[in-house]
Amino acid sequence: MRVTRFWSWFWIALGVLYFFLPLYATFQFSLKAQRDTLSFLAYQNVLNDPKFAETFLFSLQMAVWTILVGVVLVVPTVYWVHLRLPAVRPYMELVTLMPFVIPAVVLVFGLIRTYAPLFTWTWMGRAVLVAGYVVLSLPYMYRSVDAGLRAMDVRSLTEAAQSLGASWPTILWRIILPNLRTALLSGAFLTLAIVIGEFTLASLLAQPAFGPYLALMGQNRAYEPAALAIMSFALTWAAMGLIQWLGRGRPGGSQLSGTH
Amino acid sequence: MAFLELNNIRKEFGRFVAVEAFNLQVERGEFVSFLGPSGCGKTTTLRMIAGFELPTTGQITIDGQEMTYTRPNARNIGMVFQSYALFPNMTVAGNIGFGLKVAGKAAAEIKERVAEMLQLIGLADLGERYPYQLSGGQQQRVALARALAIRPQLLLLDEPLSALDAKIRMNLRNEIRSIQRQLGITTIYVTHDQEEALSLSDRIVVMSAGRMEQVGSPFEIYNFPQTRFVASFVGTLNIVPATVVNGARGEVQIDGQQITLAAGIDGVPNGAQVTVALRPEALSLSESGANRLVGHVENIAFLGSIVRIYIRLDETLLSLDEFNNPHLTLPAIGAATTIYFPLEAGLILP
Ligand SMILES: Nc1ncnc2c1ncn2[C@@H]1O[C@H](COP(=O)(O)OP(=O)(O)OP(=O)(O)O)[C@@H](O)[C@H]1O
Ligand SMILES: [Mg+2]
Repeated sequence: MRVTRFWSWFWIALGVLYFFLPLYATFQFSLKAQRDTLSFLAYQNVLNDPKFAETFLFSLQMAVWTILVGVVLVVPTVYWVHLRLPAVRPYMELVTLMPFVIPAVVLVFGLIRTYAPLFTWTWMGRAVLVAGYVVLSLPYMYRSVDAGLRAMDVRSLTEAAQSLGASWPTILWRIILPNLRTALLSGAFLTLAIVIGEFTLASLLAQPAFGPYLALMGQNRAYEPAALAIMSFALTWAAMGLIQWLGRGRPGGSQLSGTH
Repeated sequence: MAFLELNNIRKEFGRFVAVEAFNLQVERGEFVSFLGPSGCGKTTTLRMIAGFELPTTGQITIDGQEMTYTRPNARNIGMVFQSYALFPNMTVAGNIGFGLKVAGKAAAEIKERVAEMLQLIGLADLGERYPYQLSGGQQQRVALARALAIRPQLLLLDEPLSALDAKIRMNLRNEIRSIQRQLGITTIYVTHDQEEALSLSDRIVVMSAGRMEQVGSPFEIYNFPQTRFVASFVGTLNIVPATVVNGARGEVQIDGQQITLAAGIDGVPNGAQVTVALRPEALSLSESGANRLVGHVENIAFLGSIVRIYIRLDETLLSLDEFNNPHLTLPAIGAATTIYFPLEAGLILP
C-alpha cells in the first residue's frame, strides 16, 4: 500500500518536473538580461516593442476566425455523416488526418501557386491564411466534434425534434450545438494553441503573425525570446481560460433553456 | 375512411425486404399495437408513419390526407422512443415546451400548457430539473408529455417501456393507457412483449418477417390464432403434431391417443398430419370435459398465480396451467397422470 503510494507520487513528480523544469529554466534565464541581478528587463523590452502586441493580437484574431470557420464547416458535416452516412466515417477520419501526412510547407506552396494573383488584397492573404489554419486544425476539430456526437444519441434526438416540428437549422442550433459545447470548447482550445504559435504558413504567406515574430526575436536577441516564450505561454493559457469562462454553465446545459 | 390508413406498404433496404403487403386501418381514438419478434419490421413500419423512412411503395393517409412523403416535421405526430431521447441541454419544462416554442406559440401559452402536461404525468414539481436528474421512468413520462404537448393527431410509441424495470413498466403501462383514453388520441404502440400488447390494445397487429400475420382484438389473437406463428408467439399454447383419424368428426390422434375437437377438419384426408394447438389453461388434472390424455409429470414450475405442470405423453410435451391455491394437490414428478379437457380446448392450425 505504502510502496504503491510512493511510486504514484514519484511518477507524478517526474511528470511535473518534465513539464515545468524547462519552463522554470526558461523563466530563470529570462530574468538575467541585466548582469548579476534578476530583473524583468527582458519583459519590459518585449512589452515596449509594439510589434509584440500587434502580432499577438493578429494571431489571436486569426485563431478566432479559424475556430468559427472550422465549427461552421465541421459541425454540420460531421452531424450529417453521423445521421445519414455512417459508412463514410472511416473516410472522413482519413481525410481529416491529411494535415499530419502533408507538411505545412507543401500546403502553403499549393495555396500560393493557386491564389497568388489574388494577394493584391490584404484580406485575401488573410483569408488564405485562415483557410490553411482550418486545414491544419481539422484533425483536432473533427475529433472533438466526432467524439461529442458519439456521446449523444444523434438519431433519436434529431427525430424527436423533427416530430415536434423542428426544421434542420433549429435542430442544429437548439439541440446539436448546445450539446456539443464541451466538445467544441476542446476543439477551440487546440485550434487556438496551434494557430497562436504557427510559423510556416504565416511566414510564407508574409503575414504579420506571432509565430514569425517569435522566430525573428529568437534569431536576434538572447533574453527576450525566453521572456516571450513565457509570456506567450501565459497568454495562450489565459485565452483558453477565457474560452472556458465564456462557455461555462450547467453540467450538460447551455444558455438556451426552458420556456421561461 | 379510417383515421389512419396504411395501404399496401412495402419497404426495401437495398435488396432486403423489411416490410411488405402491410394494410391497416386504424380508427380515431383507437389503441393499436404492433407485436412481433426482433427484426420483424415493427420499428420500420412505425418510422414510415412518422416520416423518418419513406415506403418503397404504398400510401399512408392520416385523417383523409395523403402523408406518404410529407416531411416528418410537418406531420404533427407525437413520438416516444425507447431511449427517451430527451434533450439533455433543456430542463423538463424546456423539453415539454420545445414543440410549442418551435411552433412560435406565446410564452404564456407555452407555460400554461407545460404546467398542464406536468400535471398530467404527475411530475408537477419537477419542471426545473434536467433530464439527467430524473429516473428512467420519470424521463419516459416527460418524453410522453413532450410528445403530447403539441396536441398531435397521432401518438407513436416504439417500445417505450423496454428500458425500465418490471415494476415501473407495469405502472407506466397503465398510466399510458389511461392518459391515452383520457385524451382520446389515436395511438400506435410497438412492442415485442405479448403481455404488454394484450393488456393495452384495442387491436393487435402480429407481425413476422416483415408481414402481418394476424390483426385482431387481444381476445381474438389470444383465443383464435389463425397461424402457427401467432399461436406460438402469443400466449403459451401447446403446439403439437397430430394425425387425422376422422376429419368430419374432428377426431385426431396425438402420440397414438385419440381426442376429439369441437370443429370438423375440412380438406384434409384421414391419416394426414396436422398441427393442433391446446391452451394450457383449458387443460386440467381433475376429471372434466370429453377428452383425456395419459402421460407422466416431467416438471412443475411455480409462476405465482398459476402453477405450470409439464406432462410428457410419448414424444409430445404438454404444459398445463392450474390456478394456484393453498388446497391444490400437485402430482409428484414422474407420476403417471391423466389430463382432461373439453372439445373446444383444441384448435387446428393451418
Ligand atoms: N436502415 C436500414 N438499413 C438496412 N436494413 C435495415 C434498416 N433499418 C432496419 N433494417 C432491417 O429491417 C428489419 C426490420 O427492422 P426493424 O427495426 O423494423 O425491426 P423491429 O421489428 O423493430 O425489431 P426490434 O424488436 O429488434 O426493434 C431488420 O432486419 C433490420 O435489420
Ligand atoms: Mg424496433
